[in-house]
Amino acid sequence: MSFIETHISVLVVIVPLIAAPFCILLRNSVTAWAWATVVCLVTMALAVQLLQQVWLGGTISYDLGNWPGPWGIVYRVDELGAFVVLIVAALAAIVLPYAKTSIEREIPKERHYLVYCMLLLCIAGLLGMAVTSDAFNLFVFLEISSLATYVLVGIGQDRRALTAALRYLILGTLGATFYVIGIGMLYQMTGSLNMTDLATLLPAVQDTRTVHAALAFIVVGFGLKLAMFPLHFWLPNAYTFAPSAVTVFLAATATKVAIYSLIRLIFTVFGDIEPLETYNLRFAVIILAVAGMFAGSLMAIFQTNIKRMLAYSSVAQVGYMILGISIGNALAMAGGIIHMFNHALMKGALFMVMGCVMYMLGSVKLEDMAGLGKRMPFTAAAFVAGGFSLIGVPLTVGFVSKFYLVQGALLAGWWPIALLIMLSSLLAIIYVWRVVEMMYFRSPAIGHGQMTEAPMTLLIPTYVLLAAVFWFGIDATFTGDLAMAAAESLLGGSK
Amino acid sequence: MSSLNPGLILIIGAVLVPLMPHALRRWYLLVLPLIGLAHVYGLENGTSVTMDAFGMTLELLRVDALAKVWGYIFNIAAYLAMLFAWHDKDIMQQVSAPIYAGAAIGAVFAGDLVTLFVYWELTAISSVFLIWATRTERAFKTGMRYLLIQVGSGVILLSGVLVWYHDTGSISFGHIGIESLAGKLILLAFGIKCAFPLLHNWLQDSYPEATITGTVVLSAFTTKLAVYALARGYAGTEILIYIGATMAAFPIFYAVIENDLRKVLAYSLNNQLGFMVVGIGVGTELALNGAAAHAFNHILYKALLFMSIGAVLYRTGTCKASDLGGLYKSMPWTTGFCVVGAASISAFPLFAGFVSKSMILSAVAGDGRWFVWGVLLFASASVFHYVGIKVPYFAFFAKDSGRRVQEAPWNMLAAMAITAFLCIFVGVYPKALYDILPFPVDYAPYTVAHVITQMQMLMFSALAFIILTIYKIYPTPIKSINLDTDWFYRRLAPAVIRVLGRWIGEIDRMLRVETLSVLRDIIASVERQYGARSNMSGTLQVGTMVLIVAGVLLLFLLASFF
Repeated sequence: MSFIETHISVLVVIVPLIAAPFCILLRNSVTAWAWATVVCLVTMALAVQLLQQVWLGGTISYDLGNWPGPWGIVYRVDELGAFVVLIVAALAAIVLPYAKTSIEREIPKERHYLVYCMLLLCIAGLLGMAVTSDAFNLFVFLEISSLATYVLVGIGQDRRALTAALRYLILGTLGATFYVIGIGMLYQMTGSLNMTDLATLLPAVQDTRTVHAALAFIVVGFGLKLAMFPLHFWLPNAYTFAPSAVTVFLAATATKVAIYSLIRLIFTVFGDIEPLETYNLRFAVIILAVAGMFAGSLMAIFQTNIKRMLAYSSVAQVGYMILGISIGNALAMAGGIIHMFNHALMKGALFMVMGCVMYMLGSVKLEDMAGLGKRMPFTAAAFVAGGFSLIGVPLTVGFVSKFYLVQGALLAGWWPIALLIMLSSLLAIIYVWRVVEMMYFRSPAIGHGQMTEAPMTLLIPTYVLLAAVFWFGIDATFTGDLAMAAAESLLGGSK
Repeated sequence: MSSLNPGLILIIGAVLVPLMPHALRRWYLLVLPLIGLAHVYGLENGTSVTMDAFGMTLELLRVDALAKVWGYIFNIAAYLAMLFAWHDKDIMQQVSAPIYAGAAIGAVFAGDLVTLFVYWELTAISSVFLIWATRTERAFKTGMRYLLIQVGSGVILLSGVLVWYHDTGSISFGHIGIESLAGKLILLAFGIKCAFPLLHNWLQDSYPEATITGTVVLSAFTTKLAVYALARGYAGTEILIYIGATMAAFPIFYAVIENDLRKVLAYSLNNQLGFMVVGIGVGTELALNGAAAHAFNHILYKALLFMSIGAVLYRTGTCKASDLGGLYKSMPWTTGFCVVGAASISAFPLFAGFVSKSMILSAVAGDGRWFVWGVLLFASASVFHYVGIKVPYFAFFAKDSGRRVQEAPWNMLAAMAITAFLCIFVGVYPKALYDILPFPVDYAPYTVAHVITQMQMLMFSALAFIILTIYKIYPTPIKSINLDTDWFYRRLAPAVIRVLGRWIGEIDRMLRVETLSVLRDIIASVERQYGARSNMSGTLQVGTMVLIVAGVLLLFLLASFF
């Protein structure tokens, strides 16, 4: 085995982590950007390699610094972990080329190198969360990515972003603290922090109040990070006021990784206990998921700021993912997992469209988009395509996720849930249509007749993501097989 | 390539049309049907392409002699219609016409009922644009009526297919028969498209409303597709003989008094379909050959007639018999072509109609059905009367209306010339047509008996017209809209609806006001809860948010402890 193959699971984290400080040394906006882009491409290549190794050779276990578990820190990467690593790395590699033009317009020049540094740190943190098999190490990476995120949200020129970042910081820290409290309780009961080790030790103490409370703290802690309804209140402002490129990256990756961590904790650490069943949590989680699907969509319908509208739509989409993992059969679980990937693609693309609009108009208000179909035809068309996917029109990835989810719900015999999934899609039609109507059926305000299209550096990454939206919507074999394999190993093979 | 349904050539080809500049588009549209024709020619009988989907076996392509006859003539008709429409720049028609033609061809080569249904509906949806392309309020309403009926036919077809699948476990499209419920439903669906008596109004209602070129296209496909479907599924079904005979006879009375010449042609279309339906009902090899041959010829001469009247409409702006006359001086070529078409539909020897119509008549006679034979004979005599003589007479001769217009554009003349040539060619050299018919042909149209019977009939019919005209008994064309059984839905139904409407309207208004206010309340309350200024989507105090977090934690703890 070559050096890269042996150390692959740590390399994906280490590369962006070590590369981040160099941005500060480089200082210059363009060189820092070029450096960050190269690092992201390398990380992406490593992520592909990692997925390939896991897919062909099975789960990779790696002892950090050759200290064997359960005392040393162990990285374990299975299909799901590798999939999430790929999502984060791929989105980073697409966002970085996009970021340059967008950031130059929205952020003062002297802060540019900081943005790239923080982006790399955030990527490193998210990737670390995906590969680690140590509960406390997970907390460390969670904090690395979160701290970087707080900075990124507040770094723009919009003063409202500062309060949004502060609120996010308070809530995010609260979530992380809850998680540590939960881990502390588990440590007290078992004396271990290694996830595999915890999984074998926990069943012996599963009926203690401490373990019950630990799980509740962990679920609520990550519920905050992943914006599970009604713990989502930090999200809309953060997404709305953050610089466009930052929003694209965060919306596409941050919540997904938090969901991944929650899956890991519920189905691997607590796997043998089947906590949703044993602790009566399934019902509560499903109610919150469905409430999120509807409340998120309903709130999205009434927004006049389209970035904010998309943020609320994310709350609804998170509802689908939570629903998928809580129904409890492999099909629905695969639906939830596949939706993590699919939502990253489509929401990333849609926020990129908003970045284009912001770049040209300096606003993402609904009323400013009148006649956009004529003024910026490619941007408007991209929004329509992404919106289709959000609704779940066939041939887009949105359809694939909902197809799995509905099938999973029906398999479990919960047809009312299946019906609710369909109904909430109708709400998506309404909020997408509002924008489409404004773009295509209203004439632009006087003096805005001959706007030109957004620059190619913004449009090309947007269309790359959209192409993926349709590619994986038409041929879902890759994502479907991967998600099914991951789901089956989570539900069946947690022992 | 040999596994491609030839209909798809036109359908897929049409999709590319909007991308092309006009100059290229018109050539492209002319080439498409020729490719289709060559493709049909190259298909081997017995070819079958299947695909498994939804647990059923779909036969996307089935080639046999019966399908190929229709494949040829549909492509030829598409070519002629494109040539006739060469001057037209309307992109809506340039896209919908080939899709429509392609859907009809696709349906002919569909080997199973589900595929047939898909194409069946596609013909309905694509063809309505040819009516809407007139772009008047009236055409829009007519188009809606047309669409409702056509799509309705498709829905009935689908329900029939479902029952058929349930009963037999197969969706293959072969002989169906009317014994089963499924058979009756499917026959009804076919019957609507074939314009069976009492189901026929959509045809006279809509075809004359379409654009000049649209009518030519419409006249070729929908009804003949239905004839094909009947021949495939219901050959030898006795009731079709009587349905067909009625179809052949009853439009005559309407046609004689009708003023709009395109409507006259629409009625005669119905009458000619009757002949084909009778042929299918008889169901012998000779009769089926006759029906197929008649469909082939009919498409040619009916297109020719619609083209010539279309050219008149194009130049003069009207096709009302009462406003026309004497056009032979200014449109000599068009006049000539119209006469060829009239001679063909009247089945003059040496013209296309003769070689196929006599086959059907012989088959009916051979079956010993003398009464039906008599009805058909009467019908063909009348056709000569009201199409063969009336249409050219009132349009081009009669009393001079004083109109002096230009001859039709070259492309229309070319299209008409080719069609006229084909009409005569088939009439003179019927073997060319007989060779492609589904069954081997052992039939000689030009026997002394056939020719003399036909000539006698034609001459007496002409005599009748002359006498009626001389003694001024012949109904002179007057400006009017003749109501047929569509009286029920154009006069009676509105009257009933007006009365009922007043009561229902009152109740409905109350209900609607109530519902609307309830709806408005719901929306308002949703907006209060979720709108931009609501607590849900507003920006909360940090303290409140933390309180909510604590609440959720409590919920989970409670759920897990108890």
